[in-house]
Amino acid sequence: MTDVAIVGAGPAGTRAAEVLVRAGLRPVVIDEAPDSGGRIYQRPPRGFTRTDKTLYGFEAAKARALHAAFDALRPHIEFRPETLVWNIRQNILFTSHAGDMGEVPFGHALLCTGATDRIVPLPGWTLPGVTSLGGSQIALKAQGCAIGHRVAFVGTGPLLWLVAYQYARAGATVAAVVDTTAFTTKLRAMPGLLRGGATFAKGFYYVGWLRAHGVPIIEGATPLAILGSEAVDGLRIRTSGSEQQIACDAVALGWGLKPETQLADLAGVPFAFNAAQRAFLPQQDASGATANPSIFLAGDGARIAGADVAELAGARGAWAIVAARGLAVDHGEVTRLDAALARHGAFRSALDAAFPFPARLAATMPDETILCRCESVTAGELRATARAGTTLPAAEVNRAKALSRIGMGRCQGRLCSPPAAEVLAAALACPLESVGRLRGQPPVKPIPIMPRSPGSAP
Amino acid sequence: MKLKRLAETARPVIAFVLDGQPASALAGDTLLTAILANSDHVRRSEFDGGNRAGFCWMGACQDCWVTVEGAGRQRACTTYIAADMRIVRS
Ligand code: FES
Repeated sequence: MTDVAIVGAGPAGTRAAEVLVRAGLRPVVIDEAPDSGGRIYQRPPRGFTRTDKTLYGFEAAKARALHAAFDALRPHIEFRPETLVWNIRQNILFTSHAGDMGEVPFGHALLCTGATDRIVPLPGWTLPGVTSLGGSQIALKAQGCAIGHRVAFVGTGPLLWLVAYQYARAGATVAAVVDTTAFTTKLRAMPGLLRGGATFAKGFYYVGWLRAHGVPIIEGATPLAILGSEAVDGLRIRTSGSEQQIACDAVALGWGLKPETQLADLAGVPFAFNAAQRAFLPQQDASGATANPSIFLAGDGARIAGADVAELAGARGAWAIVAARGLAVDHGEVTRLDAALARHGAFRSALDAAFPFPARLAATMPDETILCRCESVTAGELRATARAGTTLPAAEVNRAKALSRIGMGRCQGRLCSPPAAEVLAAALACPLESVGRLRGQPPVKPIPIMPRSPGSAP
Repeated sequence: MKLKRLAETARPVIAFVLDGQPASALAGDTLLTAILANSDHVRRSEFDGGNRAGFCWMGACQDCWVTVEGAGRQRACTTYIAADMRIVRS
């Protein structure tokens, strides 16, 4: 039996492992990627030569520190890279690595599962050439590629400006940055944003740089459709009443991030509706502890707050586990972490207000929009499940899933669940929280099936 | 969709086979990059017949699965290319 298992070797998982090792434990650290760093500080494959400064910009020092911390921990932890945790049940993690199934029984587990992009489907978003915003950044950071020759960035949030800036700096043509948030909304959030200090200043720098380099910037716009039949050839948007077409061969879409909460769900952690993030999130206390005494949460996988907070929360969650195991806790350190986490909380609320999820855009998407890209279920088909006259019309998402197959595809609703909830709530004319949330099911991701020659070990 | 290589282009060239046709990639490419540097799509949707080329690049959307001869179904964005790999798209 493993004392402590950490799922995810990003900023939260790395700092957690550090604390546990300091407390005399030898945690198992599991990550789907070949190396540590998570998405934000993802390390490029071997043989890549760009410097940390080129890859991580202002965050180069943080990336370097985190990678160095993890490398120093390697002899003191059991690291299992390229390993998927696909289920969790009664203190056992079920894993898959290169086609081999495994089980990791644990005393305590810290889930640092990270986040994925929050998307609003648009007509045409399944065309080749359209990626998530995070995907477009991975293409550049981890593969040295732009997703196209003329790329439009559509969405809202700090990542929108950062990735557009990184593309332009790397020599890509940025066709436009289309922000669904109006400038006035951001202005209203300004006092809170100023509390973010350096983080805020960086955001400002990216926008200024893009403007100075002649990149078209459109704020408060409504994206209407991605155009093209076999590939992207443009983007149609509406700004203050008039429609406009932007020529591009690729589009990156992203409205902030959503936590990967599937494992917390399978571990029986209760969820509660969070109005600011318009989502059901696993409930945890300030230390990361949950109603399941064996399960702790940290980082963006629990609540979106960014990499700096993830580092703090990872360490904090690990101390909570140390305390739960009856080992000596550094109380001074815990007090310092709690204070730092509280400071960041205020800035986070301002960010949520400055870059709101465009609930209306999602709720009013045209009927023909493909909402579930796994099984090509349209928004119209989902709305039909809510219609009176249907036998047992869907009053919540799980019933709608059974009727329309929304969220039943291979991605398990990772992409479609936030916009589907908005569409269903609007169709039922009820508050978002009353349509509930899709229940998680194992495996949280498809498990690759490897053909085996007869006689080889199972 | 054709990717535009902007950096890290001095990596060794790797030959592979895409739907029976010879193709080339760079060492360290994922299957997704390797395919999209040579072609405009990765798979066809079994539900609407439309071309797809992945979406998330991080193993979340599952819209990039292909078949690698001898290794079964693989997720293109999280699998690295190897010399002489034979990739079959559906
Ligand atoms: S591109 Fe989304 S899983 Fe591969």
